[in-house]
Amino acid sequence: MSATASPVIALVGCPNCGKTALFNALTGSRQKVANYPGVTVERKAGVFATAGGRRVQVLDLPGTYSLRARSPDEAVTRDVVLGRFKGEAAPDALLVVADATNLRFALRLVLELKHTGRRLILAVNMIDIARRQGAIIDLEGLEAALGVPVVATVAVRKGGIADLLSRLDDVIDRAPEAAINQWHEPDAAELRDAHRAAERILRRCLSRPADSTLTARIDNVLLHPVAGVIILLALLFMIFQAVFTWAVPVMDLIKSGFDTVAAFADAILPAGMLQSLVTDGIISGVGSVLVFLPQILTLFFFIILLEDSGYMARAAFLMDKIMGGAGLHGRAFIPLLSSFACAIPGVMATRVIDQRRDRLATILVAPLMTCSARIPVYTLIISAFVPARTVWGGLQLQGLVMFGLYATGILSALVIATILKRLVWRHRPEPFLMELPSYKLPNPRNVIFGLWQRATIFLRRAGTVIFSMMIVIWFLSSVPGAPADATEPAINYSIAGVIGHWLAPALAPVGFNWQISIALIPGLAAREVMVAALGTVYAIADQGAAVKSALGPILAADWSLPTALAVLAWYVFAPQCASTLAVIKRETNSWIWPTVTFLYMLTLAYLAAFATYHIATALLA
Amino acid sequence: MRVGAFDAAARPDMIELERRLIEMGFVEGAQIHLLHEGFIGRDPIAVRVDDTTVALRRRDASLILVDPEA
Repeated sequence: MSATASPVIALVGCPNCGKTALFNALTGSRQKVANYPGVTVERKAGVFATAGGRRVQVLDLPGTYSLRARSPDEAVTRDVVLGRFKGEAAPDALLVVADATNLRFALRLVLELKHTGRRLILAVNMIDIARRQGAIIDLEGLEAALGVPVVATVAVRKGGIADLLSRLDDVIDRAPEAAINQWHEPDAAELRDAHRAAERILRRCLSRPADSTLTARIDNVLLHPVAGVIILLALLFMIFQAVFTWAVPVMDLIKSGFDTVAAFADAILPAGMLQSLVTDGIISGVGSVLVFLPQILTLFFFIILLEDSGYMARAAFLMDKIMGGAGLHGRAFIPLLSSFACAIPGVMATRVIDQRRDRLATILVAPLMTCSARIPVYTLIISAFVPARTVWGGLQLQGLVMFGLYATGILSALVIATILKRLVWRHRPEPFLMELPSYKLPNPRNVIFGLWQRATIFLRRAGTVIFSMMIVIWFLSSVPGAPADATEPAINYSIAGVIGHWLAPALAPVGFNWQISIALIPGLAAREVMVAALGTVYAIADQGAAVKSALGPILAADWSLPTALAVLAWYVFAPQCASTLAVIKRETNSWIWPTVTFLYMLTLAYLAAFATYHIATALLA
Repeated sequence: MRVGAFDAAARPDMIELERRLIEMGFVEGAQIHLLHEGFIGRDPIAVRVDDTTVALRRRDASLILVDPEA
């Protein structure tokens, strides 16, 4: 350790041990989340002061059962612990976090980490829950048996933190146990030995009553083959309701906020290219993405609650057979669920899937879930073309069409995943092996921290990648400007207009006219921008929500029914979202996967629109 | 029931699975019992292994030999 730099401590622990809660308790708001360079694993770092007043940097490493890394996240943990991670200082000490109600795995991890020669300290976390269950843990005995300082903590209530802070000074000052790293990847026999050694220590240091825990009783209901599935479906339904109703007032507020700012910029800037760039390009472009923030946060609120309470693993258990049928991991269920709000958090959420191929398959099909950006396009076309009448005794025809579009998205995602996993990547499916943690009450503080982090990640992205995309798309749609004696809308003269006219013959077989072809280009920014773009092409003077009400009748007069249905079919599949592709690029760290996504979705969109157009034409003839 | 042995010796492709099962607590002599079964095809299953509850698919669990007498 150099004299000038502050010492670095890394938090290591099994999944669900309360590591992040301890990290939050240590650092409070003095933390920041970024990505490790080159990999899409979250790097959570913070600072705190020890009892001796020493400033310490702390890293919250991804949870793992051992250093035998099996996922990109676990590889980061291994490499940072071993001091092999490029650009990351080797930690001066490791703070191992153990779940007091399940010590066995943590003890095995401590024994393994001792081979690395790093200074260690063990925090036996959630000691309150273990004691409430009647467990008696001999902390001094543990300390003697492991040869590592041991403190008891209750991270969610900041219990034991003072004790931990005062012990840390000693740990940092101590000479490392062994100068050299003797860790190597354990084989099955060594794993067995480590497990048995942990077991022997446990027998000496822990006494607990026969287990009849609350968790087991809750699971009898929540994992019940029938009741469990019904409860899961009810929960999902409730989350959906919340995402699509609670978030709406805030979304409207953001939308009108951006409209006001755009109107203001419009008024103070002289008419011309700069005005167009600021209002049409930057403000409405970024606004069209930011408007999803409330939905994303609502969704993540529930995801964090489900994750922290321990229910998420149960949901993965219940859904595994269905997901597995399509060759996906049970955990793929969460990213796919998130994608109903927006594919961006969905693709980001695939980080919970360990295996690379499982994760890629999930990323590739996530954009097929009907995201909320498709809703404005769907409602515009449905309300213009589908009569508002009831069929089959009480079912709304419009609602039924909407449901059909959602169902098509889900089914095609499952089919594509099946094709990928069964035909393209043919190999034995990865094992599905997952601890079902004890249930816990989520801690409000951790929920707020988690939401705050999601919000900053999303905003940072909207401010960089998405922002630059918006400018490119604006450029295509506005340059060159319309000549002075223009008779057509300005977009018609722009690069997008030229491309649109050039694309029109290719899109004619699916029933699209040149107006649709042009609107598809700004619609690449985000799907719902298509509505505004159609408004521009059909030269509607109204702004904002008024576009939709004015546009409906014009479309109804200008498009045939087969064309309208073909546009709907197109939108189920089309990769009409530059931000999603940008996130896929970031998450997979390669241009291959966004390209594959773009091409396969475009192909499906074309085929679906083609089939829809021709079948509808034939049926109506 | 207790974990008897592993069926992995003769199956080199199972080495990784064996290590993962050990990591989740499936070692010889561990006390196990079946807690829950999935809705479709009674798969996956949730098993209590000593103090841990583990969810796994039947095809992966088939690597573990159990001794019903112990």
